[in-house]
Amino acid sequence: MGKIRTPYLLLLPGFGFLFTFFILPIINLAQTSTQTKIAGGDTGQYEQTLHFRNYIDAFVENKEQFGRSFLYATIATVLALAIAYPLAYAIAFKAGKYKNLLLVLVVAPFFTSFLLRTIAWKQILGEEGFVVPTLRSLGIISQSTTLTSTSFAVVMGMTYNFLPFMTLPLFASIDRIDPRTLEASGDLYANGLTTFRRVTLPLSMPGVVAGTLLTFIPAAGDYVNAAILGNPNTKMLGNVIESRYFKIVDYPTAAALSFTLMAAILILVTLYIRKAGTEELV
Amino acid sequence: MSQKIKDATIPTIPLGGRIQRWIGRNLIRFYAIFAFTYLFIPVAYTFAFSFNDSGKSNLIWKGFTLGNWQNPCGAPEVCSALGNSIKIGFLATFFSTILGTMIAFAIGRHKFRGRSTSNLLIFLPMATPEIVMGASLLSLFLVFKINPGFWPTVIAHIVFCISFVVVTVKARIASLDPRLEQAAMDLYANEFETFRRVTLPLVAPGIAGAALLAFSLSFDDFIITNFNSGTLTTFPKFIYVSAARGIPAQANVIGSAMFFLALTIVIVGQLVNRRKG
Amino acid sequence: MTKASIEARGDLRLTRLTKSYGDFTAVDDLTLTIPKGSFFALLGPSGCGKTTTLRMIAGLEEPTAGSIHLGETDITTTKPYQRPINTVFQNYALFPHLTIFENIAFGLRRRGQKDVKEAVDKVLNLVELPHLAERKPTQLSGGQQQRIALARAIVNRPALLLLDEPLGALDLKLRRQMQIELKWIQKEVGLTFVHVTHDQEEAMTMADTIAVMNEGQIEQMGSPADLYDNPETAYVANFLGQSNLIKGTISGNDGDSLIVDLYGQKIALPKNRSHAIDNSTYAGIRPEKFRISLLETPVHGNVLTGGRIEDVSYIGVSTQYQVEMPWGQELMVFEQNDDGVAPFNKGDAVNISWAPTFTFALRGDEDVTAGSEVQPEDIDEE
Repeated sequence: MGKIRTPYLLLLPGFGFLFTFFILPIINLAQTSTQTKIAGGDTGQYEQTLHFRNYIDAFVENKEQFGRSFLYATIATVLALAIAYPLAYAIAFKAGKYKNLLLVLVVAPFFTSFLLRTIAWKQILGEEGFVVPTLRSLGIISQSTTLTSTSFAVVMGMTYNFLPFMTLPLFASIDRIDPRTLEASGDLYANGLTTFRRVTLPLSMPGVVAGTLLTFIPAAGDYVNAAILGNPNTKMLGNVIESRYFKIVDYPTAAALSFTLMAAILILVTLYIRKAGTEELV
Repeated sequence: MSQKIKDATIPTIPLGGRIQRWIGRNLIRFYAIFAFTYLFIPVAYTFAFSFNDSGKSNLIWKGFTLGNWQNPCGAPEVCSALGNSIKIGFLATFFSTILGTMIAFAIGRHKFRGRSTSNLLIFLPMATPEIVMGASLLSLFLVFKINPGFWPTVIAHIVFCISFVVVTVKARIASLDPRLEQAAMDLYANEFETFRRVTLPLVAPGIAGAALLAFSLSFDDFIITNFNSGTLTTFPKFIYVSAARGIPAQANVIGSAMFFLALTIVIVGQLVNRRKG
Repeated sequence: MTKASIEARGDLRLTRLTKSYGDFTAVDDLTLTIPKGSFFALLGPSGCGKTTTLRMIAGLEEPTAGSIHLGETDITTTKPYQRPINTVFQNYALFPHLTIFENIAFGLRRRGQKDVKEAVDKVLNLVELPHLAERKPTQLSGGQQQRIALARAIVNRPALLLLDEPLGALDLKLRRQMQIELKWIQKEVGLTFVHVTHDQEEAMTMADTIAVMNEGQIEQMGSPADLYDNPETAYVANFLGQSNLIKGTISGNDGDSLIVDLYGQKIALPKNRSHAIDNSTYAGIRPEKFRISLLETPVHGNVLTGGRIEDVSYIGVSTQYQVEMPWGQELMVFEQNDDGVAPFNKGDAVNISWAPTFTFALRGDEDVTAGSEVQPEDIDEE
């Protein structure tokens, strides 16, 4: 009898905690999202009126930031994949005895606060940094072009910050590939590109899926990169939610936006996983 | 003599072709070097500017000094913010590691009704954007008239750390050969002794890794903390707030010190592991 | 009760033992007695139920029905750690975090035994590896790990030692050497060994008694020589070595012999070697029992005429011939190369002869391919 109860006893404290401080808040958030201002009440006082129009208003008002969040997150994910895949491949197959050391180096930048690193980018790419004057004197960018406070800087910052999230799962699945299967592919008349397309990539697919999810999800909800490296025209949904909460104290709109963001991400992720499960994506 | 024969009989590849082949062979290495440069530029920058004799705003290079390293608490609030982050990090790590490890054992070692639902409940926090998690938790605290601050922040950190602990420990449990536990039972160890003498020691590296991960996630978190900490300042929050008026070089000192400390821990840990075989 | 079961000694008796997983029956109504002190092998291909049987004896699986007795003690539902039974696991399952010494001491410490050091040192000497006590398992070769796994089990002086494909992970040469050593150690320590394997050679080298298993049941049980010389079913005839099975009809009696008609040619075999239930039968002869002779050479015993040599393979100690018979069947013949050269050539017209006492007769409704599609050597583990 004890055997049947054991797993539930083990789950109880953790799941109790998650229920109280994760599920309940989400339910509460859903509840807040349909509230409206109390007539004549103070700032921040709301009542439940099941006002579902909040969602439509919030979306219409912020559809630009919405689109931008997903656009930036997608670009950053694709860029991170393009940088991380060869890197993970090199560590797995070309690093020899330095494999573990290089793996540590991928994670190492993590240990310096990500805010410090993001601000470092702002200063490196800023007017006082060395990049902009160099590029200007070389004539690569015009005298009036700046790098900070641009969408370029925001996407670059996001790509940078989530790169280890992409690299680690990719490494894990590439490292598991038996190099003999690649040799076998070459032996069976496949050239380098075909071997990659038909053998390496399909075998590393679990890593690609995990890596892109771990990058895309936080990137879509991010507002720190946009706040530090961007300008008012590069605001993402995260920035809007943050300011609705703290500056405007408009809880229902913030809740409606949060919920829409979460739902959109969950739908995209489900579609993606389903698609990645089939041959088509390979 | 033999060298001459070789030169005479083996046709040499033209120099241009050889360079091309060399580049082709090493392309992926160049790429890796480029990627590592990209990863480390801001770290190197942060480290370099920790020696800047900058005064309040650490924006422009004004000269070399060791002063910031000799007096890392020199700037107001830096060290109290750091202390808060460490305290929160330890508490969040402690609780999330215990709760997460228990869940990992339940899911990884038992078959029971609701196992797939449990997996979903572990996946959801990881698939929820931080801002949604932070905002929703704050709303809950406000409903119950709990003021944001130290403990709400600890709770928030435990919430997002648990899933990562579960995933890490579960992977370790899954890689465990079930025959080892059977062998222990076969050698007269009862369930409890088997767990204590075989299962736990073998899963321990996974638990240690999970704890390290939880601490670094907690220590570096800004978004969720920003929602739930109220007037309490943590290290990331301190940096974010002071970014507008200039970050003191002492923050760079702490950031760099953390980098080297963590790197040392990881490398020493790996060496010890290798020694143990 | 714990105390009683852990001190149980005597014969192992499995009574109507059954294990089902849903619709699949892994072990089907198995009844078997393994005498104390014997070296017993359960032999069969992957999926025949031998490992499931072993795991039920060890207490790692609970039977669906039936009982397991050790001496007079019922241990059917006893926990693995309350049975005086130890296992040498497939791939050894040495604890990677403990030294060799602590691995071997593990069982002794759990039972609170005194003089652990003495006992461990003694068993390390028995397996001739006393210098490895402080190493970790990963620093050992496969053969060394195998011996440590054995030492870890026998140091507890169990009533019964179970060996689950113990030599499967070793290369051929080492396997041969370990077969001899295991047999020697079993004699030395005098424990009951129950050995599970898919390798017929391994079973025949070591065991006093072999039970050939097929689809959850015991097909035939006996000494290695019994099973090889007088198989009762086509499955056993094909699984242990190779057999020539020729369709025939029992046409008469001659004292202690039966007369069998094989495509018009009459042969004799001892009555007690017939397992046929009616007149229809398969006559079985092992390839090395055949002799080939040219047509003019006089021969004794059973003779089949009209053969033609189809293929000759010289393999050193012997030569293997494929001989096509008038009814179209190809028979396999192994001839010792005592004269150094293979005396027959492809295309030669020959007779085949053998001593009647080497003949066995199977039921006429047997599937003659049973047991031969499985190439025992190719299966690694189940």
